[in-house]
Amino acid sequence: MELSDFIHSTGQWLKGTGAHANIVMSSRIRLARNLATRPFPNKARKKELLDVLAAVQSVMTEIDYFKDSIFLKINELDNVDKQFLIERHLMSHEHAANPDGKALVVSKEEILSVMVNEEDHMRIQVMKSGLDLDETWKIADVIDDALSQKLDFAYSIHWGYLTACPTNTGTAMRGSVMLHLPALVMTKQINKVLNAISKLSFASRGFYGEGTQASGNFYQISNQVSMGHTEQDVIQNINGLISQIIEQEEQARQALLLQNKPVLEDKIFRSYGVLKNAHIISSQETVELLSMVRLGIDLDIIKDVDRNAINELFIMIQPAHLQKLEGKKLSASERDIKRASLIRQKIGG
Amino acid sequence: MMCDICGKKKATVHLTEIVDEQMSEMHLCEECARQKSVQMEQQFGLADLLAGLADFGKPMSEAEKIDLQCRNCGMTYEDFRKFGRLGCSECYEAFKGQLATLLKKVHGSNQHLGKTPVRIPQVEKKRIEGLQELKNQLMEAIQMEDFEKAADLRDKIRDLEKKGKK
Ligand SMILES: [Zn+2]
Ligand SMILES: [Zn+2]
Repeated sequence: MELSDFIHSTGQWLKGTGAHANIVMSSRIRLARNLATRPFPNKARKKELLDVLAAVQSVMTEIDYFKDSIFLKINELDNVDKQFLIERHLMSHEHAANPDGKALVVSKEEILSVMVNEEDHMRIQVMKSGLDLDETWKIADVIDDALSQKLDFAYSIHWGYLTACPTNTGTAMRGSVMLHLPALVMTKQINKVLNAISKLSFASRGFYGEGTQASGNFYQISNQVSMGHTEQDVIQNINGLISQIIEQEEQARQALLLQNKPVLEDKIFRSYGVLKNAHIISSQETVELLSMVRLGIDLDIIKDVDRNAINELFIMIQPAHLQKLEGKKLSASERDIKRASLIRQKIGG
Repeated sequence: MMCDICGKKKATVHLTEIVDEQMSEMHLCEECARQKSVQMEQQFGLADLLAGLADFGKPMSEAEKIDLQCRNCGMTYEDFRKFGRLGCSECYEAFKGQLATLLKKVHGSNQHLGKTPVRIPQVEKKRIEGLQELKNQLMEAIQMEDFEKAADLRDKIRDLEKKGKK
């Protein structure tokens, strides 16, 4: 498999399947792991980074789970490719910024990916569609065990897995769930919900990351604490919190339907109409309209397009994706044209 | 260096803010830092406050500064405070007193309860096995109501656990 194969499909996590897929986009587990005998990437010399890279790569070739994966050295990628991988939620900006000695490993369906020599020697990510942190954790756990059969991890009996940043020490696990909460936003209850979440030591972030405003009404909820609880406990806590938020979103959706169904239908169909007909469209406008169409599908108001197609568009309409589809560099105004034509092609009918 | 927010007073607090794997640094005066920390706590919870929180408002003495350096990677505690990142696994030993407090502040606990690696580094393994054996003996002693022996075992376990952090 090669990087160029990725452009024609999207990851399993966008399939729109799994539990509560009307509200939950995806579930993700991320584990940070370091080799016991090497300095963390921020203190490592280039030679040491390359040693880690070689050790990890060689171990992965012996593990079945990585059989269908590609191993990408970041300093061999051009800027569009790096941006492309960031847009797919497979790696961070930080990972792309100083590419020497770094790698990204991605499995065929993009369920499993590993950043090598980011902030820690390994950031193992497992991501699946719908609400399924339990299964996601099981996969991450098994892969972690397979790796630690062959590598000595930095670990202490008291403090658990040792990481570059003490906010990750312990289980070094982050569980995250990406939620689509348009009705809580429209009924102006979202801030109340987010406040409650932060009081419980959970963090919320937007779909496109980097501290940007949540766009497309997507919110990613993660645990903040990684010590003093088992992985299973943390996951159970997240699940408990998520099911409450789901319930509130469901109620808000019902309230919208009950109070002003014509207004809601009008908003949804106008959004759909613009997406199907526009010839020039910005990413910001696209994301807002896609969110409304997604809600329309969930409420059975729009019936002739499926959720998977809409989910994929959230990823495909980003700059590097458009440029890879077109096969050349595009200016911002060229992208707005390409974006509109891609959307018409996917859902124009 | 002047405060990033007010630009008037000297920056004495250095915060590392992490939002979706993007790390940004802020250099603030005491007053702005305190305001910022209230804001941030409301928004994100404790963890994002990390580096600044380590010894918030408590300047270190010269003696402390020299003493606190990881022999393995050369990371100083000052640098850790500034950037919020440790340099290697041995840093955890070098700054163990400070980290025990910090971890407790950040996580509400400084005791790991999660999984263990399949392959544990040798030193750590010996200590865990020793501990497990002592804990078994302790349970036995308690069941037998041999409290003198139990107290003795408890002290031994404590000693060994302390060494785990050394
Ligand atoms: Zn100030
Ligand atoms: Zn060190």
